[in-house]
Amino acid sequence: MSVATAAGREPVYSDDPVRWFALAAVLWGVVGMLVGVIIAAQLAWPELNLGIPWLSYGRLRPLHTNAVIFAFGGSALFATSYHVVQRTCQTRLFAPALAMFTFWGWQVVIVLAAVTLPLGITSGKEYAELEWPIDLLIAVVWVAYAVVFFGTIGIRKVRHIYVANWFFGAFILAVALLHIVNSAAMPVSLTKSYSAYAGVQDAMVQWWYGHNAVGFFLTAGFLGMMYYYIPKQAERPVYSYRLSIVHFWALIFTYMWAGPHHLHYTALPDWAQSVGMVFSLVLLAPSWGGMINGIMTLSGAWHKLRDDPILKFLIVSLSFYGMSTFEGPMMSIKTVNALSHYTDWTVGHVHSGALGWVGLISMGCLYHLIPRMYGRTEMYSKRAIELHFWIATIGIVLYIAAMWIAGVMQGLMWRAVNPDGTLVYSFVESVKATFPFYVIRLGGGLLYLTGMCIMAWNVVMTVARGEARAVAIPPLRAAHA
Amino acid sequence: MDILYLLIPGSALLVLAILALFAWALRGGQFDDLDREGERILEVSIDADQASTRLPPEE
Repeated sequence: MSVATAAGREPVYSDDPVRWFALAAVLWGVVGMLVGVIIAAQLAWPELNLGIPWLSYGRLRPLHTNAVIFAFGGSALFATSYHVVQRTCQTRLFAPALAMFTFWGWQVVIVLAAVTLPLGITSGKEYAELEWPIDLLIAVVWVAYAVVFFGTIGIRKVRHIYVANWFFGAFILAVALLHIVNSAAMPVSLTKSYSAYAGVQDAMVQWWYGHNAVGFFLTAGFLGMMYYYIPKQAERPVYSYRLSIVHFWALIFTYMWAGPHHLHYTALPDWAQSVGMVFSLVLLAPSWGGMINGIMTLSGAWHKLRDDPILKFLIVSLSFYGMSTFEGPMMSIKTVNALSHYTDWTVGHVHSGALGWVGLISMGCLYHLIPRMYGRTEMYSKRAIELHFWIATIGIVLYIAAMWIAGVMQGLMWRAVNPDGTLVYSFVESVKATFPFYVIRLGGGLLYLTGMCIMAWNVVMTVARGEARAVAIPPLRAAHA
Repeated sequence: MDILYLLIPGSALLVLAILALFAWALRGGQFDDLDREGERILEVSIDADQASTRLPPEE
């Protein structure tokens, strides 16, 4: 069997959407992390708000979260899901023009976010701040995405649907459901709407959305990435294909019920809080199933970690994933949450998952994908990948450790009472005590941003020396399931 | 806690949909021959990169 080169009338993959989204991911990674560094600096030195409303922390913070989750993470998911679904189904994209529409549509969403959020146009719902016209555009783009992705699965030439596609598919469907339900609102003007829900009901819907955004956007989607790119980079099959299927179904079922752990000791009914706590604890098992499966894929090939910095990114990302999916269930326990809620421990947890898992797995996958989209097998500089890895990892550790210490300290200070029942500390004293940790965290974030900039340089150099060639779809062998 | 009138039936429907999807996959043979499926993505050179082929093509 020989692989046909892209000449004459051989069918070729539709990789333009993949290329565009991959490059967009790198760009938005730099932008989103830069905004993160700015707001981290503002927390340490509030003068940096500069008295300018559209540079104020309150408005920049959602710009940061939207940029890193949806612009950076979203573009990486689009790029890799379009790439993986084609390669594993051995067919080009269903409706490539629609796929290019999702690219441009998504970039418009991002630009609109970048304009409206600093202007203070916000619904106030965390990770769902964008107002209703943009929400409508997101829905349109997302439907198009689902059509392209599931359409491609529908025209697949291989009967079996590779496990990564199940994760991508669950991510796409869940996000559609979450977005539509949580964004339901009554518009009163072009820039203002009121949520369809109110009070604690809104809180429940919001955190059903919020936690499932983590579970399906930031977890299932990126596990889909992991299940393709780790085997490809390590040149080894997934450790246990059976386990991948079992933990997939367990994961998507359990995640839906964990949302109430964001609302412990609030007006949410006690039994709902308990449901959230129990399911969050149960969630540890399917999450670790994924971690073990990915890491053990290197069984018999651990030596590759020594020389392959891309594998370092991929495997270390899973370590952080395992850490975060242990920490999360622990923090879902009500008595633990009584200490951690509203403190910087939550921020530390978020960022160990975001920088450690989502960030590193995206970087590793993009380092594998981008050269191959430009006719090469390797990035321009392997040493720059290695450097990026170490800088990013040290940055993550500084960030997390600073936030852990700050968070536990805050929790303890806030609950400290004198024998007569009065509070020992005023709130502002805890803010003052947090200052050094805000500075350390800024340092960690700066390192992480620096790593991202190194990646951007490496990507530019790789693309400049490469060529966006069409890749032929290899003919199928006669004997296949 | 009126939102439960939405969330609980909605969740029940979702569970049914998930079960239906699982049944479709099972009947469609998605879980047959699992041992080979993990290897499949490495068998064929499905990227531009020939060096990514690990196993020789099957006869």
